[in-house]
Amino acid sequence: MAIAYVNTQLLPQQPPPRAAFGMVAWIRSTFFSSIANALLTLVCVWVLYRVIPPMVQFFITDAAWYGTTREDCIAAPHGACYPYLKARFWQFVYGFYPETERWRVNVTFFVAVALLAGLLIPKVPHKQWNALAFFIGLPLMGYILLSGWELIGLPIVGTHQWGGVLVTLVVASVGIVVSLPLGVVLALGRQSHMPIVRAFSIIFIEFWRGVPLITVLFMAKTMIPLFLPDALSPDQLLRAMVGVAFFTAAYLAEVVRGGLQAMPKGQFEGAKALGLNYPQMMGSVILPQALKTVIPGIVNSFIALFKDTSLLLIIGVFDFLLQVSVSLRDPNWASPTTMYTGFSFAALFYFLCCYGMSRYSKYMEYRLGAGQNR
Amino acid sequence: MTQTPHKHTRTSVMPWNNPTVRAVTFQVLLVLGVLGCLYIAGSNLIQNLQSQKITTGFGFLESKAGFGITQSLITYNEDSTYARAAFVGLLNTCLVGGVGVVLATIIGFIIGIARLSKNLLLATLSSGYVELIRNTPLLLQLIFWYMAVLQPLPGPRQSLDLGAGVLLNNRGLFMPRPEFLAGSQWIGIALGLTIFASIILAQWARARELKTGQSFPVWRISFTLMCGLLMLAYFATSMPIVFETPKLQGFNIRGGVTIIPEFVALVLGLVLYTAAFIAEVVRSGIVSVSKGQTEAAAALGLQRGQILRYVVVPQAMRVIIPPLTNQYLNLIKNSTLAVAIGYPDFFQVFTGTVLNQTGQALEIVAVTMVVYLLVSLGTSSLMNWYNARIALVER
Repeated sequence: MAIAYVNTQLLPQQPPPRAAFGMVAWIRSTFFSSIANALLTLVCVWVLYRVIPPMVQFFITDAAWYGTTREDCIAAPHGACYPYLKARFWQFVYGFYPETERWRVNVTFFVAVALLAGLLIPKVPHKQWNALAFFIGLPLMGYILLSGWELIGLPIVGTHQWGGVLVTLVVASVGIVVSLPLGVVLALGRQSHMPIVRAFSIIFIEFWRGVPLITVLFMAKTMIPLFLPDALSPDQLLRAMVGVAFFTAAYLAEVVRGGLQAMPKGQFEGAKALGLNYPQMMGSVILPQALKTVIPGIVNSFIALFKDTSLLLIIGVFDFLLQVSVSLRDPNWASPTTMYTGFSFAALFYFLCCYGMSRYSKYMEYRLGAGQNR
Repeated sequence: MTQTPHKHTRTSVMPWNNPTVRAVTFQVLLVLGVLGCLYIAGSNLIQNLQSQKITTGFGFLESKAGFGITQSLITYNEDSTYARAAFVGLLNTCLVGGVGVVLATIIGFIIGIARLSKNLLLATLSSGYVELIRNTPLLLQLIFWYMAVLQPLPGPRQSLDLGAGVLLNNRGLFMPRPEFLAGSQWIGIALGLTIFASIILAQWARARELKTGQSFPVWRISFTLMCGLLMLAYFATSMPIVFETPKLQGFNIRGGVTIIPEFVALVLGLVLYTAAFIAEVVRSGIVSVSKGQTEAAAALGLQRGQILRYVVVPQAMRVIIPPLTNQYLNLIKNSTLAVAIGYPDFFQVFTGTVLNQTGQALEIVAVTMVVYLLVSLGTSSLMNWYNARIALVER
């Protein structure tokens, strides 16, 4: 009689060993795979322990949330002083812009945001009209609205009254609007076959790239007035803006040059074979493609420009950072934590703006690369 | 049938359709425009200088400066000239640049590698650091370190003791100063000898490796040799190097090396800021080495350390060096922000104080720009030389 030793039935499946799958295994392989790794994990936990709970205490649990005077902040000596931010908030935004005229700033801001959103969101149609409005219409409108025009009943507001976020955004956006076309022209000049054009472009680019921005601002402050006739003396903000724009244009030119050099030669030859002249070739074939590939680099330059606007405080222009640091010296708000609150608020503002821009550039990079990523 | 040579016929091309004519005209116009602008600027300048009674020239550099500088590497006092003050500032800039570049490179490489770690906590923590630092202005960080961290520190009587005789208070960082007594020259000689021996050893090891393929632990042996010989020299000459530790005397700290708080804040801010950018450069460089390289090296039987040292790092370095150069240049240029916290670097001394005192805006701003251009060009040519050395040699 034969013994049936072959199992005729399928055994039920066993669950995988607990050490190889699931939460525990993942934690073990990620955080405790070796002694060194475990030590690193412990160090990280220690760092987090030293950073997160004190921050939560400072900004939330121990903070002075309500109140209107510095006494409320002194009552909460280990937490953020929010009454100070509340009291100073609109000054941080508008500087010393007259209160009755602040609607002008708001209108400019919302129009700019609407146009910018139209430019940045890929699905919105009529990009060309939008760009025209943004690069030509908006500056005109902004200039008339912000500094005023007596003829149409808008009182003049001198730039010495501007300040805070207003100045930061105006300098940054003028810098962007001026430096992008200038940067493209310089990049084309550097690639040009005309020796003098190329030489001028190279000298211009390398000069601005070689000196620190702060010397440029000092030049705008002290040297430029000497080169202009007395009758034509632009105010300090305008001079600083020109300096910032030239400086950024030089960096942008190098970014755009990278895009131009990445263009395959066939694109140039193809455009020429079709009988296009230089402006047509560049405008409708080369630049649209080249600029598209360097959008991340362009956005990075803009992030740098945005952060660099803070340097205006050194030459005494009331940008956001100077507005905040001046308010810290106000004895009416002297409390142990006013300074930390002010700096944290400034850091948060810059972080949100720059991080937003860098997220957008990541998104564009992903979108543009979608064709290449299989 | 003979073919007449095709005559160089010129169809009637209008001059504005001829590319050569167009290019020449355009460039001539450009030159004329630039010259015109320069002429107008120059004549305005002469007029303005005359009306404001400013005398130009560099004569002021020889006059007495009359102001003190809180940190100087060479002897300087209020009787020194403006030129010497500028030189003191330049040396201070170089000091910040040198210290900053070294520290930022070390921290940047560590964080860049940490961002690629498999340890999720470590990677998240380092990318959080990079994002936070990169997205806030350097100036804000510098002012924060100076005003919110260093100035509120306790005074000299309650100095923070950082160990090893290092004290930190609101007057600065105090470190022990080594004093070299008689006999310490032997230690110097021993150091020189070991370095010489290590170089010889490294050359021999390289020649042997090329010939036989056997590697030799040069670093380990040189390091042991150096430590051993230095220890030997130190004890044999009855310990000639002593450290003068800073101590509290009265209301201030005496003895040791004093590092002013402005320097600490500037270096701290610059290093932490630049390190975040270098970390990104390093990360992208390492990511750029394709996975196939690592796998092939592993298939050849190389160990983890060897894969990094012989395969990944040399290839990553080629991608890393050019943007790293840019970061070094940025660090040097950003050191001008010292003016915001009052560290006496070249910009603060020369373009700040000297300009205020003399009013020679034209000369001073021009000299400042030239100096920073030269420093930038010098650094970039050094890095280009290094880059050319390690670049891929293609046939």
